[in-house]
Amino acid sequence: MAPRRDDTPKIVIYADYEVIVPPHELRKVIAATGAAVEGDDEPIARAEAALTQLSVEFSAWMDSECERLEAARQEVRRHGFTPQAHDALFRAAHDIKGEAATFGYPAVAAAAESLCRLIEHTPEIARVPLALVDQHVEAVRAIVRERARTDHSVVADALVRRLREVTDEFLREVNRDRPDDLESIFAPPLAP
Amino acid sequence: MLNRVLTAKVACYGDMVRIDFNRLRFLVIDDNAHMRRILRTLLHGFGTREVYEAEDGATGLEAFTHYMPDIVLTDWVMPIFDGLELAQMIRQPGANANPYVPIIMLTGHSEKKRVVSARDAGVTEFLAKPISAKALYERILNVVVNPRPFIKTKTYFGPDRRRNVNPNYVGPERRKGGKADMIGQQALLDKAKVLN
Repeated sequence: MAPRRDDTPKIVIYADYEVIVPPHELRKVIAATGAAVEGDDEPIARAEAALTQLSVEFSAWMDSECERLEAARQEVRRHGFTPQAHDALFRAAHDIKGEAATFGYPAVAAAAESLCRLIEHTPEIARVPLALVDQHVEAVRAIVRERARTDHSVVADALVRRLREVTDEFLREVNRDRPDDLESIFAPPLAP
Repeated sequence: MLNRVLTAKVACYGDMVRIDFNRLRFLVIDDNAHMRRILRTLLHGFGTREVYEAEDGATGLEAFTHYMPDIVLTDWVMPIFDGLELAQMIRQPGANANPYVPIIMLTGHSEKKRVVSARDAGVTEFLAKPISAKALYERILNVVVNPRPFIKTKTYFGPDRRRNVNPNYVGPERRKGGKADMIGQQALLDKAKVLN
């Protein structure tokens, strides 16, 4: 008879905390393959190939994300920074920040990141300068629209760099009485 | 070549290891349909067949209870319940079938304050966007092969936040359950009231 598997967590109790070792349920999916062999990169290569096949959709997806950002900007123009308008603009910019590089538009991701910083780190939302929001949205749309130009990346990088400089300058100014926030805003990213 | 690098991370197994993705069940929670499609594509590329999707934290929690996934991939910024709140709800001992499930958070937030908040909510691994097949594979490999023990204090339940033990540390035990600097959030009860 096979030995009975112990599937209860092992718990060690200390004065202020407990250390719990749950059963290693996922052990069942681990297979030792011995020495390195040809084709060991296979799962990653297969996933990259699948993503390459999917990439025919990326241009249209980028366009639809731009339309969403523009709609959110128009909502802010019409009604000001209501909680809903603020949320919609931030979400649209945040999604572009996370996706655009995967779609093949790294400069768009950088412009969207700058817009996210502007919205997120301005202490009072009413103080977010609409002109600067407009400039970010226009930059995102222009970089996507002019993707076929030969000097595209040079112009896009210069545009994004300048947007980031202006945004950082503004954030330094509006947060000058908040040293902790300033440190956090300008700290290097931690996650890999 | 890449797996030679990964081998260093899974040294406890001594040999090369490979995951049988075919036997893993994933739950992907992201409000953005494009990102869900990208993640599904990568997971299928790795060899996974069972990938379930949810578009916000609330339906994500429901799907978690229903499908009992082996690994949860969640975004941070989502409507209703965000990824941080979802992680806190999953990490409730006794409240669901698997409070130990590995949670990989995929997000555009990579600032220190954010990463610390995610860690304190019980997130197992953190993956900054833009994601790549290699980075996602590494995170999955790590949660499968190197599960960390869980710590329960008065204020925390989740994977051990100490990834490394400092053998030279001399001083009092600091694991008292104190929280790091948290980002203020609307109480879940208040959110539930709004939803009802």
